[in-house]
Amino acid sequence: MWKFVASRLLQAVPVILAVITVTFFLVRVAPGGPFDSEKAVIPEVKAALEAQYRLDQPLFQQYVAYLGDLAQGELGPSFKYPGRSVNELIAAGLPATAELGLYALLVAICIGGVAGVIASLKPNTAQDYIPMSLAMIGICMPTFLLGPLLVLVFGIHLEWLPVSGWGDMPGDKLLPSLTLGAAYAAYVARLSRAGMLEVLSQDYIRTARAKGLPEWQVITRHALRGGLMPVVAFLGPAFAGLLAGSFVVETIFQIPGLGRFYVQAAFNRDYTMILGTTVFLSTLIVLFNLASDVLAAWLNPRLRSQFGEA
Amino acid sequence: MNEPILEAGAVEQGTSLWKDAWIRLRRNRLAVFGLVVLVSFVILALLTPWIAPYAYDDQNLDLGATPPSAAHWLGTDIFGRDLLTQILYGGRISLAVGFVATAVALLIGVTWGAVAGYVGGRVDAVMMRLVDILYALPFMIFIVLLMVVFGRNLLLLFLAIGAVEWLTMARIMRGQVQTLRQQEFVEAAVSLGLSPATIIWRHLVPNALGPIIVYTTLTIPSVMLLEAFLSFLGLGVQPPQTSWGLLISYGAETMEEYPWLLIFPGAALTLTLFALNFLGDGLRDALDVRGSTD
Repeated sequence: MWKFVASRLLQAVPVILAVITVTFFLVRVAPGGPFDSEKAVIPEVKAALEAQYRLDQPLFQQYVAYLGDLAQGELGPSFKYPGRSVNELIAAGLPATAELGLYALLVAICIGGVAGVIASLKPNTAQDYIPMSLAMIGICMPTFLLGPLLVLVFGIHLEWLPVSGWGDMPGDKLLPSLTLGAAYAAYVARLSRAGMLEVLSQDYIRTARAKGLPEWQVITRHALRGGLMPVVAFLGPAFAGLLAGSFVVETIFQIPGLGRFYVQAAFNRDYTMILGTTVFLSTLIVLFNLASDVLAAWLNPRLRSQFGEA
Repeated sequence: MNEPILEAGAVEQGTSLWKDAWIRLRRNRLAVFGLVVLVSFVILALLTPWIAPYAYDDQNLDLGATPPSAAHWLGTDIFGRDLLTQILYGGRISLAVGFVATAVALLIGVTWGAVAGYVGGRVDAVMMRLVDILYALPFMIFIVLLMVVFGRNLLLLFLAIGAVEWLTMARIMRGQVQTLRQQEFVEAAVSLGLSPATIIWRHLVPNALGPIIVYTTLTIPSVMLLEAFLSFLGLGVQPPQTSWGLLISYGAETMEEYPWLLIFPGAALTLTLFALNFLGDGLRDALDVRGSTD
């Protein structure tokens, strides 16, 4: 098992390095320097700024120095906001984004999982069709449409919930979490339904029923573990999607999170900020993919036995 | 003497794979609905310059935003522009991005997967390892980065989205070619002295058309969603051009006073995505394609 984790970690290193390299050079070859927009910067000031951001050095040297900074956990200064570093910005934005992502994931797993399992118990009946049609709507309805629609109905017309903010008013976390989680709940529902249907036709389920277990015990103790395997494998890719979704949701609900900072940095052409955030988010995504693979392998006895250890 | 043989031939002709699939597809009501919606939207998009009720840049600032009426079926926006006209022109861009970017992905993915599967050995290992690595990259973030760095033009959008979406197609194609190349007709083609390129394009790709078609139908909606996502953030299609994602973004800004500006473009996008997903699912069942499409 540990061998598997170690080998996957080793595989993640070149991926992360590739991300850093590609992002770094992309940002540097971008047309337009970071100080072009300011009108008539005094040459001395410009030289000092360029020295501060190491722009006066050859490109490769900049790259090596950047890697050195990264190794020390230093993501660099912001181009647009002198005095603020990318580290500070991430520290400011991450809590809200992490909380939002966690709630969305809970929405996805709880609502989606329950809906999928319920649908799988009586396939091709209303109990199956209704949740699955809702799931299809969830997949086809983009986050950036669902969010405004939910705000329109629950925030503006019914006035049940606040329309924006994060932690300022009671209940203002509900709509963003629901918006972000809905599409994933739909995927989880489809995956868990398919997984459960496959497991429920297996022999060991028939054995469990034959020995007289009540149906709910057959499901909770025997079927769920195998049936939810596809969902676990989906969590890694879902995490990347959730992050991208948080760009939109944080913009719609004006949540001071990482996603909104990233979009703002993109508009401001704050290159070091984009570079730093991209490196940070990419590393996070790669590590999350890894964790989801390990979890899936650990849950699956057939895969586990391959690592020679239970 | 010859008659019975002719008759037997006639009976066999009756059910080709594609005819069979078409019959099965027609029985699936949701898939037919999807096909009808999709075809009508494509026709509307093609005919837009002739059927749009108003000119694309027709403003009427005195009119302002009005709800749906006889003169403007879907209402007007804050500049007094006809929403139906906007949605028709936006649909042209959204559908074009969907089809062109998917075509780019299709071309790269099919070629890559077919070559890897056909050549095999070390070449295959290296090519597919690269696909594995690319899979692990956070592409959504990369596309945002690309659009920021190289400016927001439509051609780049096509290429960027297409370059992301080819990976799964490559995997599917490789799997198909690996099973196909064991068969006698490939051996026959090799012994006839055909070049690998001819074998791949004339013999292998046509035999893998089923999975390719199914996966293509399911790629288009995810591409369109990606375009709309970028446009919503302001990083995709730029004014004066418009797309459904951009219209939704404008609609969301003013939905409190003018909800129709959000609802109609949203409905157009959602309906198209619905249609494509239903059609894709239906085609998968009709062509009996199994495996890693999800």
